[in-house]
Amino acid sequence: MMEAIDLLLNTSLWAAVLRIATPLIFGVLGALLCERSGVLNLGIEGIMTMGAMVGWLTVYMGGDLWTGLLVAALSGGMMGLLHAMLTVPLGLSQHVSGLGITLFASSLSYYLYRLIVVVGDLPPTIEPFRPLDIPILSDIPGLGPILFSQTVPTYLALLSVVVMAYVLARTPLGLAIRMTGENPHAVEAQGLNPLRIRIGAVVAGSALMAVGGAFLTTAAFNSFFPEMVQGRGWICIALVVFASWRPGKALLGALLFAFFDAYQLRLQTVVEGVPYQLFLMAPYFLSIGALVLVARRAQVPEALMVPYRRGER
Amino acid sequence: MKLTTNRRQLIVGAAATLALPAYIRRANAADVTRVAGVHMSPVENAWNSRIHLAFQEAAASGLIEYEFSEGVAPTDYPRAMREYAEGGAQLVWGEAYAVEREAREVAGDYPDTAFLMGSSGGPEGDNFGVFGTRNHEAAYLAGMLAGKMSDSNVFGSVGGYPIPEVNLLINAFRMGVSEVNPDATFLNGFIGAWFDPARAKEAAMAQIDAGADILFGERIGTADAAQERGVKAIGSLIDYTPRYPGTVFANAIWNYGPTIEAIVEDINAGNAVGRDYTEYSFMSYGGNELIYVADDVPADAIPPMEAKQAAIQAGEWDVPINNDEPA
Repeated sequence: MMEAIDLLLNTSLWAAVLRIATPLIFGVLGALLCERSGVLNLGIEGIMTMGAMVGWLTVYMGGDLWTGLLVAALSGGMMGLLHAMLTVPLGLSQHVSGLGITLFASSLSYYLYRLIVVVGDLPPTIEPFRPLDIPILSDIPGLGPILFSQTVPTYLALLSVVVMAYVLARTPLGLAIRMTGENPHAVEAQGLNPLRIRIGAVVAGSALMAVGGAFLTTAAFNSFFPEMVQGRGWICIALVVFASWRPGKALLGALLFAFFDAYQLRLQTVVEGVPYQLFLMAPYFLSIGALVLVARRAQVPEALMVPYRRGER
Repeated sequence: MKLTTNRRQLIVGAAATLALPAYIRRANAADVTRVAGVHMSPVENAWNSRIHLAFQEAAASGLIEYEFSEGVAPTDYPRAMREYAEGGAQLVWGEAYAVEREAREVAGDYPDTAFLMGSSGGPEGDNFGVFGTRNHEAAYLAGMLAGKMSDSNVFGSVGGYPIPEVNLLINAFRMGVSEVNPDATFLNGFIGAWFDPARAKEAAMAQIDAGADILFGERIGTADAAQERGVKAIGSLIDYTPRYPGTVFANAIWNYGPTIEAIVEDINAGNAVGRDYTEYSFMSYGGNELIYVADDVPADAIPPMEAKQAAIQAGEWDVPINNDEPA
């Protein structure tokens, strides 16, 4: 028991929390942006896979890591555009289109990977983002190794939370996005085009999701595997509800989930006689529990999943 | 005499020329076994890659003709098996773990086709053979090397799921360590996925934080953590050393070639193939082997390991099989 508590005081646990949370932060922000404008994007799992493949491939073909992230974002944006075209102007089922995008993007990623890359028994590697040891700051006892020895995309993820929170809450653009998710008729009455706003939000949100996927292949690991996203996208969809559609809470949710995951990986090493499945289940189980508690008070965007048709009452 | 060719002769001649390679192939095909592999995962996944490579080598040596499908979903799996059986494959290779009942049904419908399947169950009938994955002997020997290399005497391992083939491998590694290092303590983590290298890496990090300085990597991603933290790792199934030089000092390699040779021999001899081919993965058949970097290993660790290896190969001693989930 003491050992389990000791683990909590170990800085490496908290550093792992940030590493594990990074792809989730990008993913949950992306999903949140889409949903705030009124579009559910279940394409996330496939878009993250696409981002993981395209980001990696760009670097493998000679681009630098930043170009990799950028191209990954573009590829995610393209998938987002497809989802947006189907669900916004055409008003098709967002569930069906989203799941279709997931199937399509996952398969397309693997197909392109197989066409372009020759793979032996081990997939080829790239030189990934390395953890930065920020001078002076990383020497601060406790906080230093946790906060200031991460890879650059982790800082980018944290920055994105701030930017997203600011844009949504404090700018006219953010107001327009939120309003489109609540009452697109009112947006139209203001002389704005809710269809364009939704398309833009879905494209930008999907780009963020793809960057989350690219983190897996350019920082957390250095090769691509077709199944490597492993449900992280679906977790993000649940985290949006947990976060009650707010960026700050989304960060909290991602960190909480990552904490359970990092902690259970460590508990497996010190606690004996407990089936490992219980530990593996813990992050999901506790997230569902938190969801039940939090989601009751969540404020769902009024027009989420309601297609907007001009002139229709 | 004037040599001319009329149109009819030209067409017949051209057709004959075009058909020639096919004719030669057919004439040769008499003693070449036609094999179809139905891979549920992509063939570059570690486990499948060993089998795929062995089939390719067998094809290159003229023993078999090999065609394959990969990434076949469980729901589609029986169809793919049937298609190859209908298409005249003499041996359909596959992995029945997720489709045990369906795979056996298909085998029952094609009694003249041989089936060889990775399976958790036993063989069935005359034509449904099974095999298990065994590179535990090499893992034991790797453990004997590792046992002498640790400063902390804490040995970690990262596995996918605790299925028997994974459990017995990790347990064999531990037995090997314990034979040369009675003070050894062990850590283990399962990640609940076959392909989540980022998570395997985190699990390995957790063990390094808990003091482990040698990790047995049943899953890819383990050695990445070892490399980043400057500790040592052991690879499984395939050779990880070129990817992690200086980090992965030993690999428990699985060779599928002996299994292929055994079943092809049975097919050619007209023997029933409804039996368990697991034994051909054992070291005495060359079915698994330890490869290691001698420069990275203390010199006094090698002779006892080699003595043990000789005893295993000679059949004088067997690595115990322990399917229990490692704690």
